Amino acid sequence: MKKLTYFIPLAVLLVVGGFSILQLKQVSEGKSIRDLPSVLINREVPDFDLLALQGHDKGWGSQDLLGQVTIVNLFGSWCIACLSEHPFLMQLKSQNLVPIYGIDWREKSLDAGPRWLAKYGNPYTKIGTDPDSKVAISFGVTGAPESFLVDKRGVIRYKQIGAITPTVWKKTLWPLILELRKQ
Amino acid sequence: MNIKALSVILALGVLSPMLANAVEPSEVLSDPALEARAREVGKGLRCVVCQNQSIDDSNADLAGDMRRLVRDRILKGDTNEQVMAYMVDRYGDFVLLDPPFKASTYVLWLGPGLIAGLGVLSVVVFYRRRSQDVDGEVSALENKNSPKTSPLNNEERQRLEKLMKEDDA
Repeated sequence: MKKLTYFIPLAVLLVVGGFSILQLKQVSEGKSIRDLPSVLINREVPDFDLLALQGHDKGWGSQDLLGQVTIVNLFGSWCIACLSEHPFLMQLKSQNLVPIYGIDWREKSLDAGPRWLAKYGNPYTKIGTDPDSKVAISFGVTGAPESFLVDKRGVIRYKQIGAITPTVWKKTLWPLILELRKQ
Repeated sequence: MNIKALSVILALGVLSPMLANAVEPSEVLSDPALEARAREVGKGLRCVVCQNQSIDDSNADLAGDMRRLVRDRILKGDTNEQVMAYMVDRYGDFVLLDPPFKASTYVLWLGPGLIAGLGVLSVVVFYRRRSQDVDGEVSALENKNSPKTSPLNNEERQRLEKLMKEDDA
């Protein structure tokens, strides 16, 4: 009995160490400890209408998402991670794999978003702007970029915090899209 | 510098941190009662960008937008609870700086007490057992009939005498 108590510190070390290794593994898989579970998964997209981006006729709203599997991508011209994500979105667009609906979030000036898109290209099927975070907050957004995979009925099925990388696309988004299209 | 001026400066120095928050003048509602409610709600909501500040304390852009949204909803007639519920609906309980006491947070609320209790219990058990051990050894020595102090047999006695003689030599 007494001998067993000598192993208590070792057991504590193993448990704490185990959790640390699990966390590190998640970080190396691209998940950040900042990631928070979204309460919106498997719920309908919030009801919203985005304002038109400067130089565009109109924005878009929640009704536009119905009847197809879509990605809703929230970005800003001020956001570095969005710029790093952007070439891959352009690639998705050129392959015509899935419609991407853009939310240009919290721009400091009216022409910042349009200029950014003119410079780097516009991967979005439809685009609107959310200057005061009303739509971003209704999506429970904590930072850009964030993307939501929305099914045909307008239900959010997956939330990607941070950039859509080729790995995320291949491992998670594309298989899920194919599956949701069958439904 | 006279004492009056010094005391004013000291008072300001002590009080200013208490007044500090990130609410911008342009955000403040004209109705002080509604503004007070907005402050109360804001103090309970987490800034989701900085995570350890309330939206009232945070200078983050998103916190500012959340403060404005809180005021919007209060102006539209929401109660404080409705505003909180609106945020929880989108961000989960995480957005509350004071997490609710419910099944999924029992570990959070009760865990520290439980661990402290286990600690106290193990300390008590440790000392009680140790004092019993010491008592036990003393009583064993006192008790000549105990097996530990059984008398030497012949063979052992001869060995002992032999050893003692060697020592003397």
